[in-house]
Amino acid sequence: MGGYHGPDQHHAAPKHGRPMRLGIGGPVGSGKTALTAALCRVLKDELNLAVVTNDIYTTEDADFLRRNAVLDDERIMAVRTGCCPHTAIRDDISANLDAVEELEERHAELELVIVESGGDNLTATFSQGLVDAQIFVLDVSGGDKVPRKGGPGVTTSDLLVINKTDLAPLVGADLDVMDRDSAAVREGRPVIFSSIREDPAVPKITDWVRTSVHNFHHH
Amino acid sequence: MRAHLLMLADSRLPAGGHAHSGGLEPAVTAGAVATIADLADFLHGRLHTAGLVAGALAAAACVHAGTSIDWALPDAEADARTPSPAQRAASRAQGKSLLRAARATWPSAVFDGLRVQVPAGAPRGPHHPLVLGAAAHVIGCTALDAAAVAAYGAVTGPASAAVRLLGLDPLGVQRALAELAPDVDSVAEEAAAHAEKDWAELPAASAPLLDQWAEEHLRADLRLFES
Repeated sequence: MGGYHGPDQHHAAPKHGRPMRLGIGGPVGSGKTALTAALCRVLKDELNLAVVTNDIYTTEDADFLRRNAVLDDERIMAVRTGCCPHTAIRDDISANLDAVEELEERHAELELVIVESGGDNLTATFSQGLVDAQIFVLDVSGGDKVPRKGGPGVTTSDLLVINKTDLAPLVGADLDVMDRDSAAVREGRPVIFSSIREDPAVPKITDWVRTSVHNFHHH
Repeated sequence: MRAHLLMLADSRLPAGGHAHSGGLEPAVTAGAVATIADLADFLHGRLHTAGLVAGALAAAACVHAGTSIDWALPDAEADARTPSPAQRAASRAQGKSLLRAARATWPSAVFDGLRVQVPAGAPRGPHHPLVLGAAAHVIGCTALDAAAVAAYGAVTGPASAAVRLLGLDPLGVQRALAELAPDVDSVAEEAAAHAEKDWAELPAASAPLLDQWAEEHLRADLRLFES
Protein backbone atom coordinates (compact mmCIF):
# COMPACT_ATOMS: atom_id res chain seq x y z
CA MET A 1 0.00 0.00 0.00
CA GLY A 2 3.06 2.25 0.05
CA GLY A 3 2.14 4.01 -3.18
CA TYR A 4 -1.26 5.23 -2.01
CA HIS A 5 -1.37 8.74 -0.62
CA GLY A 6 -5.05 9.34 0.03
CA PRO A 7 -7.80 11.16 -1.75
CA ASP A 8 -5.62 13.84 -3.39
CA GLN A 9 -5.13 11.35 -6.23
CA HIS A 10 -8.59 12.35 -7.50
CA HIS A 11 -7.24 15.62 -8.81
CA ALA A 12 -4.02 14.44 -10.42
CA ALA A 13 -3.97 14.28 -14.20
CA PRO A 14 -4.79 10.70 -15.15
CA LYS A 15 -1.96 9.02 -17.00
CA HIS A 16 -4.09 7.15 -19.52
CA GLY A 17 -6.84 9.74 -20.01
CA ARG A 18 -9.45 7.13 -19.11
CA PRO A 19 -10.51 5.06 -16.11
CA MET A 20 -8.85 1.80 -15.21
CA ARG A 21 -10.85 -1.18 -16.44
CA LEU A 22 -10.97 -4.12 -14.02
CA GLY A 23 -12.36 -7.50 -15.03
CA ILE A 24 -13.93 -9.86 -12.47
CA GLY A 25 -14.32 -13.42 -13.76
CA GLY A 26 -14.79 -16.93 -12.43
CA PRO A 27 -17.15 -19.90 -12.31
CA VAL A 28 -20.89 -19.66 -11.64
CA GLY A 29 -21.74 -19.06 -8.01
CA SER A 30 -18.21 -18.27 -6.81
CA GLY A 31 -19.19 -14.79 -5.66
CA LYS A 32 -18.46 -12.42 -8.56
CA THR A 33 -21.60 -10.35 -8.11
CA ALA A 34 -21.17 -10.31 -4.33
CA LEU A 35 -17.56 -9.14 -4.76
CA THR A 36 -18.57 -6.51 -7.30
CA ALA A 37 -21.24 -5.21 -4.93
CA ALA A 38 -18.77 -5.24 -2.01
CA LEU A 39 -16.15 -3.28 -3.97
CA CYS A 40 -18.73 -0.70 -5.03
CA ARG A 41 -20.11 -0.36 -1.50
CA VAL A 42 -16.67 0.18 0.05
CA LEU A 43 -15.01 2.21 -2.72
CA LYS A 44 -17.79 4.36 -4.12
CA ASP A 45 -17.11 7.28 -1.80
CA GLU A 46 -13.39 7.39 -2.59
CA LEU A 47 -13.30 6.32 -6.25
CA ASN A 48 -15.50 7.49 -9.10
CA LEU A 49 -16.69 4.13 -10.44
CA ALA A 50 -19.16 2.32 -12.67
CA VAL A 51 -20.02 -1.30 -13.47
CA VAL A 52 -20.74 -3.36 -16.59
CA THR A 53 -22.52 -6.62 -15.79
CA ASN A 54 -22.61 -9.60 -18.16
CA ASP A 55 -25.49 -12.07 -18.11
CA ILE A 56 -27.35 -10.68 -15.15
CA TYR A 57 -30.28 -12.73 -16.43
CA THR A 58 -33.10 -11.71 -14.21
CA THR A 59 -34.35 -8.45 -12.79
CA GLU A 60 -33.87 -10.08 -9.38
CA ASP A 61 -30.09 -10.33 -9.92
CA ALA A 62 -29.92 -6.77 -11.24
CA ASP A 63 -31.86 -5.53 -8.23
CA PHE A 64 -29.44 -7.36 -5.93
CA LEU A 65 -26.55 -5.43 -7.43
CA ARG A 66 -28.36 -2.09 -7.34
CA ARG A 67 -29.39 -2.60 -3.76
CA ASN A 68 -26.05 -3.91 -2.51
CA ALA A 69 -23.68 -1.83 -4.62
CA VAL A 70 -25.65 1.31 -3.82
CA LEU A 71 -24.78 2.69 -7.25
CA ASP A 72 -27.08 4.91 -9.30
CA ASP A 73 -28.75 3.12 -12.19
CA GLU A 74 -26.87 5.20 -14.74
CA ARG A 75 -23.60 3.80 -13.40
CA ILE A 76 -24.61 0.20 -14.13
CA MET A 77 -24.88 -1.19 -17.68
CA ALA A 78 -25.95 -4.75 -18.54
CA VAL A 79 -24.57 -6.76 -21.47
CA ARG A 80 -26.04 -10.04 -22.74
CA THR A 81 -23.72 -12.59 -24.26
CA GLY A 82 -25.94 -14.97 -26.24
CA CYS A 83 -25.09 -17.97 -24.05
CA CYS A 84 -21.34 -17.37 -24.54
CA PRO A 85 -19.96 -15.49 -21.50
CA HIS A 86 -16.34 -16.15 -22.43
CA THR A 87 -16.86 -14.88 -25.99
CA ALA A 88 -18.02 -11.50 -24.71
CA ILE A 89 -14.91 -10.96 -22.58
CA ARG A 90 -12.31 -12.57 -24.83
CA ASP A 91 -13.06 -13.36 -28.49
CA ASP A 92 -15.54 -10.60 -29.31
CA ILE A 93 -15.41 -7.82 -26.75
CA SER A 94 -17.41 -5.28 -28.76
CA ALA A 95 -20.57 -5.21 -26.63
CA ASN A 96 -18.53 -4.79 -23.46
CA LEU A 97 -16.32 -2.11 -25.04
CA ASP A 98 -19.42 -0.24 -26.19
CA ALA A 99 -20.82 -0.36 -22.65
CA VAL A 100 -17.54 0.75 -21.07
CA GLU A 101 -17.21 3.65 -23.51
CA GLU A 102 -20.83 4.66 -22.95
CA LEU A 103 -20.19 4.84 -19.19
CA GLU A 104 -16.99 6.83 -19.79
CA GLU A 105 -18.92 9.31 -21.93
CA ARG A 106 -21.69 9.68 -19.33
CA HIS A 107 -19.27 10.16 -16.42
CA ALA A 108 -16.22 12.16 -17.46
CA GLU A 109 -14.44 11.81 -14.11
CA LEU A 110 -14.60 8.00 -13.86
CA GLU A 111 -11.54 6.39 -12.28
CA LEU A 112 -12.58 2.73 -12.32
CA VAL A 113 -14.90 0.64 -14.48
CA ILE A 114 -15.56 -2.90 -13.27
CA VAL A 115 -16.55 -5.44 -15.93
CA GLU A 116 -18.16 -8.44 -14.25
CA SER A 117 -18.15 -11.52 -16.48
CA GLY A 118 -20.97 -14.02 -16.63
CA GLY A 119 -20.19 -17.23 -14.77
CA ASP A 120 -18.06 -19.55 -16.88
CA ASN A 121 -15.46 -22.28 -16.55
CA LEU A 122 -11.78 -22.30 -15.63
CA THR A 123 -10.63 -21.48 -19.17
CA ALA A 124 -12.35 -18.09 -19.32
CA THR A 125 -10.07 -15.06 -19.31
CA PHE A 126 -10.43 -11.38 -20.19
CA SER A 127 -8.92 -9.92 -23.35
CA GLN A 128 -6.17 -7.33 -22.91
CA GLY A 129 -8.25 -5.25 -25.32
CA LEU A 130 -11.03 -5.00 -22.73
CA VAL A 131 -9.42 -4.75 -19.26
CA ASP A 132 -6.20 -3.47 -17.69
CA ALA A 133 -6.30 -5.98 -14.83
CA GLN A 134 -8.43 -8.94 -13.83
CA ILE A 135 -9.54 -10.70 -10.66
CA PHE A 136 -10.47 -14.39 -10.90
CA VAL A 137 -12.89 -15.60 -8.21
CA LEU A 138 -13.01 -19.24 -7.12
CA ASP A 139 -14.79 -20.68 -4.12
CA VAL A 140 -13.82 -23.54 -1.84
CA SER A 141 -17.05 -25.46 -2.33
CA GLY A 142 -15.90 -26.67 -5.76
CA GLY A 143 -13.25 -28.67 -3.90
CA ASP A 144 -9.63 -27.92 -3.03
CA LYS A 145 -8.36 -29.48 -6.28
CA VAL A 146 -9.60 -26.56 -8.40
CA PRO A 147 -6.42 -24.41 -8.23
CA ARG A 148 -4.36 -27.49 -9.24
CA LYS A 149 -6.47 -27.81 -12.40
CA GLY A 150 -5.11 -24.43 -13.45
CA GLY A 151 -6.36 -22.58 -16.51
CA PRO A 152 -5.60 -18.97 -17.44
CA GLY A 153 -7.82 -17.47 -14.72
CA VAL A 154 -6.05 -19.35 -11.96
CA THR A 155 -2.53 -18.96 -13.34
CA THR A 156 -2.42 -15.50 -14.96
CA SER A 157 -5.09 -13.33 -13.29
CA ASP A 158 -3.64 -10.31 -11.50
CA LEU A 159 -5.44 -11.34 -8.32
CA LEU A 160 -6.86 -14.75 -7.45
CA VAL A 161 -9.65 -14.62 -4.85
CA ILE A 162 -10.65 -17.87 -3.14
CA ASN A 163 -14.04 -17.14 -1.59
CA LYS A 164 -16.43 -18.84 0.84
CA THR A 165 -13.67 -19.94 3.23
CA ASP A 166 -16.40 -20.29 5.87
CA LEU A 167 -17.62 -23.35 3.94
CA ALA A 168 -14.23 -25.09 3.91
CA PRO A 169 -14.84 -27.34 6.95
CA LEU A 170 -18.27 -28.28 5.61
CA VAL A 171 -17.00 -29.45 2.21
CA GLY A 172 -13.70 -30.91 3.39
CA ALA A 173 -11.60 -28.36 1.50
CA ASP A 174 -8.04 -27.83 2.74
CA LEU A 175 -7.19 -24.14 2.39
CA ASP A 176 -3.45 -24.83 2.78
CA VAL A 177 -3.59 -27.14 -0.22
CA MET A 178 -5.41 -24.48 -2.26
CA ASP A 179 -2.87 -21.86 -1.19
CA ARG A 180 0.11 -24.07 -2.04
CA ASP A 181 -1.30 -25.21 -5.40
CA SER A 182 -2.19 -21.63 -6.39
CA ALA A 183 1.23 -20.30 -5.42
CA ALA A 184 2.91 -23.06 -7.44
CA VAL A 185 1.37 -21.88 -10.73
CA ARG A 186 1.07 -18.11 -10.13
CA GLU A 187 4.72 -17.05 -10.11
CA GLY A 188 4.27 -14.69 -7.19
CA ARG A 189 0.97 -13.09 -8.24
CA PRO A 190 -1.26 -12.55 -5.20
CA VAL A 191 -3.93 -14.86 -3.79
CA ILE A 192 -6.47 -13.63 -1.23
CA PHE A 193 -8.77 -15.90 0.79
CA SER A 194 -12.11 -14.35 1.65
CA SER A 195 -15.55 -14.96 3.05
CA ILE A 196 -17.62 -12.14 1.64
CA ARG A 197 -20.61 -13.38 3.64
CA GLU A 198 -18.74 -13.13 6.95
CA ASP A 199 -16.69 -10.03 6.12
CA PRO A 200 -18.58 -7.96 3.53
CA ALA A 201 -15.99 -5.16 3.61
CA VAL A 202 -13.32 -7.47 2.07
CA PRO A 203 -10.45 -5.20 3.26
CA LYS A 204 -7.57 -7.07 1.60
CA ILE A 205 -9.30 -7.09 -1.77
CA THR A 206 -10.34 -3.44 -1.62
CA ASP A 207 -6.74 -2.54 -0.66
CA TRP A 208 -5.48 -4.43 -3.70
CA VAL A 209 -7.99 -2.62 -5.96
CA ARG A 210 -7.09 0.79 -4.45
CA THR A 211 -3.41 0.20 -5.09
CA SER A 212 -4.04 -1.07 -8.63
CA VAL A 213 -6.17 1.93 -9.54
CA HIS A 214 -3.60 4.30 -8.03
CA ASN A 215 -0.73 2.65 -9.89
CA PHE A 216 -2.70 2.66 -13.12
CA HIS A 217 -3.25 6.41 -12.97
CA HIS A 218 0.16 7.43 -11.62
CA HIS A 219 2.88 4.98 -12.62
CA MET B 1 -10.10 -9.63 -52.22
CA ARG B 2 -11.71 -13.03 -51.85
CA ALA B 3 -10.02 -13.64 -48.50
CA HIS B 4 -11.13 -10.19 -47.30
CA LEU B 5 -14.70 -11.07 -48.27
CA LEU B 6 -14.48 -14.34 -46.36
CA MET B 7 -13.25 -12.41 -43.32
CA LEU B 8 -16.19 -10.02 -43.57
CA ALA B 9 -18.66 -12.92 -43.72
CA ASP B 10 -16.94 -14.92 -40.98
CA SER B 11 -18.77 -14.99 -37.64
CA ARG B 12 -15.31 -14.93 -36.02
CA LEU B 13 -14.93 -11.29 -37.07
CA PRO B 14 -15.40 -9.73 -33.61
CA ALA B 15 -18.33 -7.48 -34.46
CA GLY B 16 -20.80 -8.31 -31.71
CA GLY B 17 -23.07 -10.64 -33.68
CA HIS B 18 -22.79 -13.56 -31.27
CA ALA B 19 -25.04 -11.86 -28.71
CA HIS B 20 -27.92 -11.33 -31.18
CA SER B 21 -30.32 -14.10 -32.16
CA GLY B 22 -32.02 -12.33 -35.06
CA GLY B 23 -35.40 -12.73 -33.42
CA LEU B 24 -34.88 -16.44 -32.73
CA GLU B 25 -34.91 -16.23 -28.93
CA PRO B 26 -38.35 -14.59 -28.67
CA ALA B 27 -39.64 -17.00 -31.34
CA VAL B 28 -38.44 -19.89 -29.15
CA THR B 29 -40.04 -18.28 -26.09
CA ALA B 30 -43.31 -17.96 -28.01
CA GLY B 31 -43.15 -21.68 -28.81
CA ALA B 32 -42.85 -21.11 -32.56
CA VAL B 33 -39.44 -22.77 -33.01
CA ALA B 34 -38.56 -26.03 -31.28
CA THR B 35 -37.18 -28.34 -34.00
CA ILE B 36 -34.87 -28.16 -37.00
CA ALA B 37 -37.91 -28.16 -39.28
CA ASP B 38 -39.34 -25.16 -37.40
CA LEU B 39 -35.98 -23.45 -37.65
CA ALA B 40 -35.83 -24.01 -41.42
CA ASP B 41 -39.23 -22.33 -41.78
CA PHE B 42 -38.16 -19.47 -39.52
CA LEU B 43 -34.96 -18.94 -41.51
CA HIS B 44 -36.86 -19.02 -44.79
CA GLY B 45 -39.16 -16.26 -43.58
CA ARG B 46 -36.34 -14.23 -42.15
CA LEU B 47 -34.32 -14.52 -45.35
CA HIS B 48 -37.16 -13.17 -47.50
CA THR B 49 -37.92 -10.27 -45.14
CA ALA B 50 -35.02 -9.03 -43.01
CA GLY B 51 -32.48 -10.72 -45.31
CA LEU B 52 -33.82 -9.10 -48.46
CA VAL B 53 -34.05 -5.65 -46.89
CA ALA B 54 -30.58 -5.86 -45.32
CA GLY B 55 -29.15 -7.21 -48.59
CA ALA B 56 -30.55 -4.32 -50.62
CA LEU B 57 -29.36 -1.72 -48.12
CA ALA B 58 -25.89 -3.30 -48.02
CA ALA B 59 -25.69 -3.49 -51.82
CA ALA B 60 -26.72 0.15 -52.24
CA ALA B 61 -24.31 1.22 -49.48
CA CYS B 62 -21.51 -0.61 -51.30
CA VAL B 63 -22.31 1.34 -54.49
CA HIS B 64 -22.49 4.72 -52.71
CA ALA B 65 -19.59 4.31 -50.25
CA GLY B 66 -16.59 6.33 -51.29
CA THR B 67 -18.79 9.01 -52.93
CA SER B 68 -19.81 12.19 -51.14
CA ILE B 69 -22.94 10.51 -49.82
CA ASP B 70 -24.97 11.90 -46.91
CA TRP B 71 -25.51 8.75 -44.86
CA ALA B 72 -28.45 10.33 -43.01
CA LEU B 73 -30.77 9.47 -45.91
CA PRO B 74 -30.10 5.71 -46.12
CA ASP B 75 -29.98 5.58 -42.33
CA ALA B 76 -33.51 7.03 -42.22
CA GLU B 77 -34.60 4.60 -44.93
CA ALA B 78 -33.28 1.72 -42.81
CA ASP B 79 -35.21 3.08 -39.81
CA ALA B 80 -38.37 3.25 -41.92
CA ARG B 81 -37.93 -0.42 -42.93
CA THR B 82 -37.47 -1.55 -39.32
CA PRO B 83 -40.79 -0.89 -37.53
CA SER B 84 -39.73 -2.41 -34.18
CA PRO B 85 -37.67 -0.01 -32.03
CA ALA B 86 -35.98 -3.05 -30.46
CA GLN B 87 -34.86 -4.27 -33.89
CA ARG B 88 -33.66 -0.78 -34.81
CA ALA B 89 -31.58 -0.67 -31.65
CA ALA B 90 -30.18 -4.13 -32.41
CA SER B 91 -29.23 -3.03 -35.93
CA ARG B 92 -27.55 0.16 -34.69
CA ALA B 93 -25.70 -1.67 -31.91
CA GLN B 94 -24.35 -4.20 -34.42
CA GLY B 95 -23.58 -1.41 -36.89
CA LYS B 96 -21.53 0.35 -34.25
CA SER B 97 -19.63 -2.82 -33.41
CA LEU B 98 -19.03 -3.70 -37.05
CA LEU B 99 -17.81 -0.16 -37.74
CA ARG B 100 -15.29 -0.48 -34.91
CA ALA B 101 -14.12 -3.88 -36.16
CA ALA B 102 -14.01 -2.88 -39.84
CA ARG B 103 -12.06 0.34 -39.36
CA ALA B 104 -9.54 -1.47 -37.13
CA THR B 105 -9.23 -4.31 -39.64
CA TRP B 106 -9.29 -2.30 -42.91
CA PRO B 107 -8.36 1.33 -42.11
CA SER B 108 -10.03 3.65 -44.63
CA ALA B 109 -11.30 7.23 -44.84
CA VAL B 110 -14.60 5.78 -46.13
CA PHE B 111 -15.46 4.79 -42.56
CA ASP B 112 -14.74 8.31 -41.25
CA GLY B 113 -17.71 9.68 -43.20
CA LEU B 114 -20.04 6.99 -41.89
CA ARG B 115 -21.37 8.99 -38.98
CA VAL B 116 -25.09 9.53 -38.40
CA GLN B 117 -27.22 11.38 -35.91
CA VAL B 118 -29.30 8.85 -34.02
CA PRO B 119 -32.51 9.37 -32.05
CA ALA B 120 -32.09 9.97 -28.31
CA GLY B 121 -31.44 6.77 -26.42
CA ALA B 122 -30.53 4.70 -29.51
CA PRO B 123 -27.12 3.01 -29.81
CA ARG B 124 -24.82 5.50 -31.51
CA GLY B 125 -24.08 3.61 -34.68
CA PRO B 126 -25.34 3.53 -38.28
CA HIS B 127 -27.60 0.66 -39.27
CA HIS B 128 -25.67 -2.59 -39.66
CA PRO B 129 -26.30 -3.18 -43.42
CA LEU B 130 -24.91 0.27 -44.26
CA VAL B 131 -21.65 -0.47 -42.45
CA LEU B 132 -21.55 -3.89 -44.10
CA GLY B 133 -21.93 -2.33 -47.56
CA ALA B 134 -19.29 0.32 -46.85
CA ALA B 135 -16.88 -2.37 -45.63
CA ALA B 136 -17.52 -4.43 -48.77
CA HIS B 137 -16.64 -1.36 -50.85
CA VAL B 138 -13.45 -0.75 -48.86
CA ILE B 139 -12.19 -4.29 -49.43
CA GLY B 140 -12.93 -4.08 -53.15
CA CYS B 141 -16.02 -6.25 -53.31
CA THR B 142 -19.17 -5.85 -55.40
CA ALA B 143 -22.71 -4.88 -54.45
CA LEU B 144 -23.69 -8.53 -54.97
CA ASP B 145 -20.96 -9.62 -52.54
CA ALA B 146 -22.30 -7.14 -49.97
CA ALA B 147 -25.86 -8.40 -50.46
CA ALA B 148 -24.68 -12.00 -50.19
CA VAL B 149 -22.94 -11.39 -46.86
CA ALA B 150 -26.04 -9.62 -45.52
CA ALA B 151 -28.44 -12.36 -46.65
CA TYR B 152 -26.10 -15.08 -45.37
CA GLY B 153 -25.75 -13.36 -41.99
CA ALA B 154 -29.54 -12.98 -41.73
CA VAL B 155 -29.87 -16.76 -41.53
CA THR B 156 -26.59 -17.94 -39.95
CA GLY B 157 -27.02 -15.71 -36.88
CA PRO B 158 -30.39 -17.19 -35.84
CA ALA B 159 -29.21 -20.68 -36.82
CA SER B 160 -26.26 -20.42 -34.43
CA ALA B 161 -28.53 -19.04 -31.71
CA ALA B 162 -30.86 -22.03 -32.18
CA VAL B 163 -27.96 -24.44 -31.61
CA ARG B 164 -27.12 -22.65 -28.37
CA LEU B 165 -30.68 -22.10 -27.08
CA LEU B 166 -32.38 -25.33 -28.09
CA GLY B 167 -29.45 -27.73 -28.19
CA LEU B 168 -30.35 -28.64 -31.78
CA ASP B 169 -27.93 -31.00 -33.53
CA PRO B 170 -25.39 -28.61 -35.09
CA LEU B 171 -24.89 -30.89 -38.10
CA GLY B 172 -28.63 -31.00 -38.71
CA VAL B 173 -28.71 -27.20 -38.58
CA GLN B 174 -25.87 -27.00 -41.12
CA ARG B 175 -27.86 -29.31 -43.37
CA ALA B 176 -30.87 -27.00 -43.09
CA LEU B 177 -28.63 -24.03 -43.98
CA ALA B 178 -27.22 -25.90 -46.97
CA GLU B 179 -30.73 -26.62 -48.23
CA LEU B 180 -31.49 -22.92 -47.91
CA ALA B 181 -28.27 -21.85 -49.67
CA PRO B 182 -29.69 -21.57 -53.23
CA ASP B 183 -32.43 -19.38 -51.80
CA VAL B 184 -29.82 -17.21 -50.06
CA ASP B 185 -28.07 -16.77 -53.42
CA SER B 186 -31.26 -15.76 -55.20
CA VAL B 187 -32.27 -13.31 -52.46
CA ALA B 188 -28.79 -11.77 -52.66
CA GLU B 189 -29.17 -11.37 -56.44
CA GLU B 190 -32.64 -9.87 -56.04
CA ALA B 191 -31.30 -7.47 -53.39
CA ALA B 192 -28.28 -6.46 -55.48
CA ALA B 193 -30.55 -5.69 -58.44
CA HIS B 194 -31.86 -2.72 -56.42
CA ALA B 195 -28.38 -1.37 -55.63
CA GLU B 196 -28.43 1.52 -58.13
CA LYS B 197 -31.98 2.69 -57.35
CA ASP B 198 -33.03 5.58 -55.14
CA TRP B 199 -32.92 4.64 -51.48
CA ALA B 200 -36.69 5.11 -51.16
CA GLU B 201 -37.27 2.45 -53.81
CA LEU B 202 -35.44 -0.34 -51.98
CA PRO B 203 -37.55 -3.31 -50.84
CA ALA B 204 -39.45 -2.97 -47.57
CA ALA B 205 -40.51 -6.51 -46.66
CA SER B 206 -41.36 -7.06 -43.02
CA ALA B 207 -42.75 -9.65 -40.60
CA PRO B 208 -45.16 -8.03 -38.12
CA LEU B 209 -45.21 -11.01 -35.74
CA LEU B 210 -41.40 -10.95 -35.46
CA ASP B 211 -41.57 -7.19 -34.82
CA GLN B 212 -44.05 -7.75 -32.00
CA TRP B 213 -41.95 -10.55 -30.49
CA ALA B 214 -38.85 -8.34 -30.67
CA GLU B 215 -40.66 -5.78 -28.52
CA GLU B 216 -41.88 -8.40 -26.05
CA HIS B 217 -38.34 -9.79 -25.85
CA LEU B 218 -37.11 -6.53 -24.30
CA ARG B 219 -39.54 -6.99 -21.42
CA ALA B 220 -38.78 -10.68 -20.81
CA ASP B 221 -37.55 -11.42 -17.30
CA LEU B 222 -35.05 -13.95 -18.64
CA ARG B 223 -33.24 -13.40 -21.93
CA LEU B 224 -29.81 -14.53 -23.00
CA PHE B 225 -29.53 -12.57 -26.27
CA GLU B 226 -29.66 -8.84 -26.85
CA SER B 227 -32.17 -9.31 -29.65
